[in-house]
Amino acid sequence: MRVQLRRLAHTRSGDKGDISNIVVIAYEPMFYDLLRDQLTPERVKQYFAGVIRGEVERYEVERLGVINIVAHGALGGGVSRSLCLDQYGKTLGALMLGLELDVPASLVPRLRGD
Amino acid sequence: MRRGAALRIGAGSAWWGDRISPAALNAERGDLDYLCFETMAESTVSAAQVRARRDPSFPGYDTYLDDRFRAVLPHCLKRGTRIISNQGWVNPVGAARRVKTLLAEHGAPDWKVAAITGNIITDRIGTLGARLLETSEPVESIANPIISAEAYLGAAPIVEALKAGAKVVITGRVADPSLFLAAMMVEFDWDEHDVAHLGPGAGVGHLLECGAQVTGGYFADPGYKDVPEPWNLAFPIAEVAPDGSAVITKVEGTGGVVNRMTVLEQMFYEVHDPANYITPDVVVDFTSAEIEEQGKDRVRVSAIGGKPRTPTLKVSIGAADGFIGEDMFFYAGPGALGRARLADTILRERFRIVGLSAEDLRIDLLGVNAIHGPASPPPVHEPYEVAVRVAARAKSRAEAEKIGREVDAMAVSGVGHTGKRVPHGERVREVIGIWSALVPRDTVVPEIQFV
Repeated sequence: MRVQLRRLAHTRSGDKGDISNIVVIAYEPMFYDLLRDQLTPERVKQYFAGVIRGEVERYEVERLGVINIVAHGALGGGVSRSLCLDQYGKTLGALMLGLELDVPASLVPRLRGD
Repeated sequence: MRRGAALRIGAGSAWWGDRISPAALNAERGDLDYLCFETMAESTVSAAQVRARRDPSFPGYDTYLDDRFRAVLPHCLKRGTRIISNQGWVNPVGAARRVKTLLAEHGAPDWKVAAITGNIITDRIGTLGARLLETSEPVESIANPIISAEAYLGAAPIVEALKAGAKVVITGRVADPSLFLAAMMVEFDWDEHDVAHLGPGAGVGHLLECGAQVTGGYFADPGYKDVPEPWNLAFPIAEVAPDGSAVITKVEGTGGVVNRMTVLEQMFYEVHDPANYITPDVVVDFTSAEIEEQGKDRVRVSAIGGKPRTPTLKVSIGAADGFIGEDMFFYAGPGALGRARLADTILRERFRIVGLSAEDLRIDLLGVNAIHGPASPPPVHEPYEVAVRVAARAKSRAEAEKIGREVDAMAVSGVGHTGKRVPHGERVREVIGIWSALVPRDTVVPEIQFV
């Protein structure tokens, strides 16, 4: 089954210059492997096409259920000079919530929301 | 050295525009040993320098300084709560003097107030051989005049001021976690190389520095992450133990929530490599953290790691970077999207005809793709209403003004049913580009001044 990431994880985005970090936190430890396997830097870069202009780095902290996505060139040249309405990229965490993941039937009953 | 009961540190603000009443509530009911205010963004100092040049009445420090101190001082004086604040911006001494006056008004003329200065290095940033982190080019490669260069100080000068008896310490640019860490270093007698304690201490400071972002703010998502009484959020309190572990909590009877999820979201907020979160005092390692919910709105955070600090300090550099012109108009009803798209076409043609010389131009359709641009999915239904927002960055004010002038023309020379706001406010703003660089520690010498 293909579901939006928001049913498996919550997110928050933060800014430093022209870099946005989007932390993705699994609601349940059992979701972590799915996130790690499917939320690759390549996939993120493709999904954020036109928004992220530079490289995407990924840091994993499995014991906390955390994947930290660090996106370079994601804030329109930097918060201070950006023409983006959302200068700080505060909503980029919400964009991540819509990324679709394949989830095995056995985990579907554990998903959040509908 | 402190023994026994935990050290209680509360947040009083997470940025300049933050709400003031939760700070007062923390001061009144938080039983705090320390209350810390964070009021600076990356561009605060440069913006303050620009404003100070134009407006002789601007004192150069937090414009809400009086409001904040009047709200908390009666409670802080009663409890003996010490205050650490970066409200000094470009004039920490002036801010400290103002605090001294407010203290006298509140019957406490003897409370000692210290200002920390010495971190503004605008005059010599060009001579230190530093390179910009953004481009790896020398600082001198910045084309426009530098407005301000200021180093992020660590906790050390604040610690020294507190040990010398300061009840209130006012700083300019200081790394946010350091404001909180300083209190722990004083009370637990941690020295500046004690990374096993500085790591967790700075980590706890990071959890507090964004105020309500750990107590239910910047969090609610109905049906997924629900927050009780989100109109009544509190600012956080840390009950810090001598080993640097802490319980993150808030005043009872307030809205919001402190749980594993709010703590995790804030722990990784604005963090890149979680094993190496660099502060002036210590490199923090969050990957070993233990997070334990200890009941309603009480989360214990322990086992955050620390590594020796780097040999450099980060400097934030602000330089003039042209002007942004921006305006907006709107459509509604059947065919709104088609009219908005025609307006987009007209504007682009007009900008060509009038020879707009822009370094960057955006035309966004609010309700369709304004926020996430090309990453937005195509609309499933035609939106009932659409706003057209136009923005351009240009070298000169005259070029940036062309945006508003062309949008003005859309009122009678544009598309049918064009809605527009008249009169409008200032449509051109000055841009301050922010750069960063690293400089050797010994090139920055903090000074402590009691007022």
